[in-house]
Amino acid sequence: MKVLVAVKRVVDYNVKVRAKADGSDVDLNNVKMAINPFCEIAVEEAIRLREAGVATEVIAVSIGDKSCQEQIRTSLALGADRGIQVETEGAVEPLVVAKLLKGVIEKEQPQLVILGKQSIDGDNNQTGQMLGALTNMPQGTFASELVVDGDKITVTREVDGGLQTLSLNLPAIVTTDLRLNEPRYASLPNIMKAKKKQMDVYSPADLGVEPKAHLTTLKVEPPPERKAGIMVASVEELVDKLKNEAKVIS
Amino acid sequence: MSLTFDSARLPNPHITPEHEEWRAQLRKFIDTEIIPYAEDWDEAGHIPIELWPKAAAVGLLGMGYPEEFGGIKEGIDSWHTWIANEELARIGVGGIPASLMVHGIGLPPVINWGSEAMKQAVAPPVLAGEKHIALGITEPGGGSDVAQLATTALHDGDDFIVNGSKTFITGGLRANWVTTAVRTGGEGAAGVSMLLIPTDAEGFSRTALDKKQGWWASDTATLYFDNVRVPVTNLIGEENQGFKVIMTNFNSERMFMSAAMEALGRVCLEEAVNWARERKTFGKRLADHQVIRHKIVQMKQRLNATQAYIRVCYESMEAGNPNPGDIALLKVQASETMEFCAREAMQILGGIGYMRGNRVERIYREVRVNAIGGGSEEIMRDLAARQYGV
Ligand SMILES: Cc1cc2nc3c(=O)[nH]c(=O)nc-3n(C[C@H](O)[C@H](O)[C@H](O)COP(=O)(O)OP(=O)(O)OC[C@H]3O[C@@H](n4cnc5c(N)ncnc54)[C@H](O)[C@@H]3O)c2cc1C
Repeated sequence: MKVLVAVKRVVDYNVKVRAKADGSDVDLNNVKMAINPFCEIAVEEAIRLREAGVATEVIAVSIGDKSCQEQIRTSLALGADRGIQVETEGAVEPLVVAKLLKGVIEKEQPQLVILGKQSIDGDNNQTGQMLGALTNMPQGTFASELVVDGDKITVTREVDGGLQTLSLNLPAIVTTDLRLNEPRYASLPNIMKAKKKQMDVYSPADLGVEPKAHLTTLKVEPPPERKAGIMVASVEELVDKLKNEAKVIS
Repeated sequence: MSLTFDSARLPNPHITPEHEEWRAQLRKFIDTEIIPYAEDWDEAGHIPIELWPKAAAVGLLGMGYPEEFGGIKEGIDSWHTWIANEELARIGVGGIPASLMVHGIGLPPVINWGSEAMKQAVAPPVLAGEKHIALGITEPGGGSDVAQLATTALHDGDDFIVNGSKTFITGGLRANWVTTAVRTGGEGAAGVSMLLIPTDAEGFSRTALDKKQGWWASDTATLYFDNVRVPVTNLIGEENQGFKVIMTNFNSERMFMSAAMEALGRVCLEEAVNWARERKTFGKRLADHQVIRHKIVQMKQRLNATQAYIRVCYESMEAGNPNPGDIALLKVQASETMEFCAREAMQILGGIGYMRGNRVERIYREVRVNAIGGGSEEIMRDLAARQYGV
């Protein structure tokens, strides 16, 4: 079984992002970038399937400018077999990403496609679902467990109020939640081996897609700063303030 | 921009995306497997034995050693090593890298000068983190004057009979083998050999030196050899050629100690800056008082100089012509920088800096072991003066 994993280059989760002074975007100048944590979970899940002998090949695909090859290399260092970069310029919207991924799916014919449920930059949570709609493949989003059984998979989903279990026919699309697994670290030997693994580069035209923008960012501004706290003298004063000023208890 | 551990690092044109990847993955390993427990291990005085195989799996133990022994050498250069030493220093608990990476001083003599059989027996289990090796040079009678060491190894048939003792030996309690400097010949440097001594040999014993100023997490021991019988085949290199082995080893030890010391100074800078930006005195942030601002940039100034100097020395190692005098002085530059940064950071932190449980307090206590071990500042200057033909 061939598994396709989508990985996105995002600002490292440790970085405190700042808005640009002109409010046009967040400032990405000299900021540490990394693989989106949910995508990393997707890579880990695919590699585990391969180690278990269920998957035969794991392909990591990323969409972006040349720098996203770093995140593909990370995926290769973690254990993916080969990589694909779809070369685009500037920001690409979820719908365009989904269309490009559909193009890759048509080329590669994977049985299983694993994506992060969202990326921590835009927090859109759309690509997997759009991809499902475009390809007509069944989807199991927010997976906290994934079991492959012949030509079916069982996906346990984290939903409000509990867990939902779905049975899907392959080929299928799965998006990962935080608790699906704990990604490994790439070892130094595997980082060095990743340099030699195959990486193909496609243009959107190769996949028959013309990237279009449907959204315009009007303004990016930081959330209001938290005001300094105060010390209250007694429990009574605290209760009074919670009741009458904050009005959070009655 | 603020001054953090990462932003206070000068650019280095030799760093490739693979190096950055190594830093990122190693940092993740350290943040998950070490940092949450580091302080407890230090207070407890040891690190769990399971850490070695984990460090082996991530590639830390095997870095720079031949693949045939389970290492990773192809494509590995000084910049990988520098990164590893920086990241290990960032923990701020010096005893952890000291003990975890002690094979970095114990194993290279075996790899570079040992017999094929010795390498096959020792290197794979050490690099897999299953067995341990230490380096025994210093003796109760003296450390700086290596040429005067008094532990003897006398021929007896196919064996040596070893008598004497070694002290302050890092990893000495845990070691399965000790790469030991012994006297096989006459007086002075020309009578010194290196001998691999298994610690299960009869007549070998050891005691812990567990009351130390710092490096609590590291096991330090005194070793005793009482008529220990060791096969002649355990010689590392030629008989009476041990001094050369010791001296070659020192260059790389001094490099990784220097890299660690600079990074420890940078940890102090980061802690001091964070505090100075938060803490208010006399109506403004500490960072707004000129005296404090100057302390901060003086730390940065010295760290810059040390980083640039480290890079030059690594460049000459990469080019295959390291200068032992320059490396000796780098070690002094690094320990003085670490000392300065620990001092100034402590002053900026004030009383809280004196309390146990923060990195600056511990680094302050761990300055001296760096300024003394691996060749003291005085000895480094002396060596440099001789190297430069003064
Ligand atoms: C925690 C710790 C771990 C260690 N781990 C190891 C280890 O794993 N293996 C190992 O072999 N050793 C180890 N050492 C020992 C270390 O290398 C020695 O302490 C060091 O080389 C100095 O030797 P010494 O302590 O005998 O001091 P001495 O040689 O007695 O020197 C005492 C002082 O006199 C100064 N001095 C000596 N000679 C001169 C001179 N000619 N001119 C001017 N000043 C001079 C020295 O600089 C020093 O300040 C460790 C030490 C410590 C503290």
